[in-house]
Amino acid sequence: MNPGHVLGAPIVVLNRVEKRFGDNPVLRDVSFSVARGECVCVIGPSGSGKSTLLRAINALVPISAGSIAVDGIEVNDPKLDKLALRRRVGIVFQQYNLFPHKTALDNVMMAPIHVLKENPAEVEARARALIAKVRLTGKEAAYPGELSGGQQQRVAIARALAMNPKVMLFDEVTAALDPETKKEVLVTVRELAAEGMTCLLVTHEMGFAREVADHVYFTEDGVIVEHGPPAEFFGSPKQARTRAFLDQVL
Amino acid sequence: MDGTADFFRWLAEAHRIDVSIAYDPLDRKRFLIGLWTTIWLSGVCIGSSILVGLIGAWLHGARSAAARGAVQVFVQFFRNTPPLVQLAFFYFAVSAALPPVTDRFGASVPLIDNVGWAIVSFSLFAGAFNVEIFRSGIEAVPRATVEAAESLGYTRLAAYRHVVLPLAFRVCLPALGNNLVNLVKTTTLAYAIGVPELLYAASQVWSEVFNVREMMVVLLLTYVALVAVLVHGLRRWERAMRIPGYSA
Ligand SMILES: Nc1ncnc2c1ncn2[C@@H]1O[C@H](COP(=O)(O)OP(=O)(O)O)[C@@H](O)[C@H]1O
Ligand SMILES: [Mg+2]
Repeated sequence: MNPGHVLGAPIVVLNRVEKRFGDNPVLRDVSFSVARGECVCVIGPSGSGKSTLLRAINALVPISAGSIAVDGIEVNDPKLDKLALRRRVGIVFQQYNLFPHKTALDNVMMAPIHVLKENPAEVEARARALIAKVRLTGKEAAYPGELSGGQQQRVAIARALAMNPKVMLFDEVTAALDPETKKEVLVTVRELAAEGMTCLLVTHEMGFAREVADHVYFTEDGVIVEHGPPAEFFGSPKQARTRAFLDQVL
Repeated sequence: MDGTADFFRWLAEAHRIDVSIAYDPLDRKRFLIGLWTTIWLSGVCIGSSILVGLIGAWLHGARSAAARGAVQVFVQFFRNTPPLVQLAFFYFAVSAALPPVTDRFGASVPLIDNVGWAIVSFSLFAGAFNVEIFRSGIEAVPRATVEAAESLGYTRLAAYRHVVLPLAFRVCLPALGNNLVNLVKTTTLAYAIGVPELLYAASQVWSEVFNVREMMVVLLLTYVALVAVLVHGLRRWERAMRIPGYSA
């Protein structure tokens, strides 16, 4: 829990979201909201639709029914202004997905210059500060292929932050990392959450979820099975399926 | 220089090995014009065939089925027909169908001359291969990398320019190199429509000096040298584009 957080109005609102791939229902009647400054964790077995959920919020996949709003923007509006949405939402992927032909610094600088047409000198100052924030000072000139997984993931976080998003989505950002490097990344995410960044993160790190989350959702087969504040959720899960899952992973 | 000319003059007289372009100013000039025309024609065609390839690959990735179909037809047509027939088709058939224009002396001339048709024809011929080459390079760029760009607000075009193409280019450079070498060799076909490139210049020389054998050797060596320069340039380019810690 993050006591001392003053949670604001909802910034991400999902209402009865459905998503089917062909006739495979991946999200079924998913409704929840994330308040400004809140850190929400989503846990659940793989294949339960967690990645699809994050990708839908960022309009990387269209939803089949229901509605998603981010900071007042209707994501499933056919006339959606994708740029407006995407400058508000930062996303970090499990496989980092850095641009391999650009240095760490350039990876962070690219989008503000190419997309937001900002002044390169100002962007560079901001990018260097972000690289320092994710504790990678000295690695500015390294290419992704020269960095460890944990370092690449922190560049990816800095890259998303460079767009000054209002919400950060994290999709199992430590799943591909070994335990040592995992910690470096989790420290960065924890700091962000503590600074009041709105975070929606999918994770398998139960300890981490318990520590940083304001609210935890458990999904299985595309439905939210149970949710609650972490102490309650982990302390006394009500649903049999939640208990079965937690028994398995803890 | 004079010493060299004297040597070749002696070679012609004493041994009947007549490399006339080495001592005869007119022949040398013809040859150099031919060389320059080939270099220039190759350069222009390389540039525009790359452009054709990029546009074709872009259209092929478009959502419109009509655009994709059109690219397919274009590629099949130019890949599966002989380039000499394509050149003749443009120069004789298409040219005749276009309205003539009046030049500054008041004479009626074709809208596009033989050099123009050579450029159009070779650019489309090599461009068709480039479409396929770029397409395979673009397909080698992981979808997730493109999604990362999209999530950062890049439009499809901007993602292409800043992420997809730089990565795809590195993947296709070897295949592109082969095709461009082929293109340089294909420019000799312009001989057939009277473009004064190397083969044409050489034939002008040998039809007057009767030194076919010598000029053939000169011609082959010149192409070996031209292609070597191109390949060297491509290698350096490939090295310059290498990304530390990354293997495409
Ligand atoms: N692009 C897609 N096309 C078809 N099926 C997909 C696609 N993406 C995901 N799925 C399916 O949706 C289900 C949920 O996937 P995902 O959201 O990645 O789950 P999670 O992240 O919880 O592991 C899986 O069964 C997966 O096979
Ligand atoms: Mg997933």
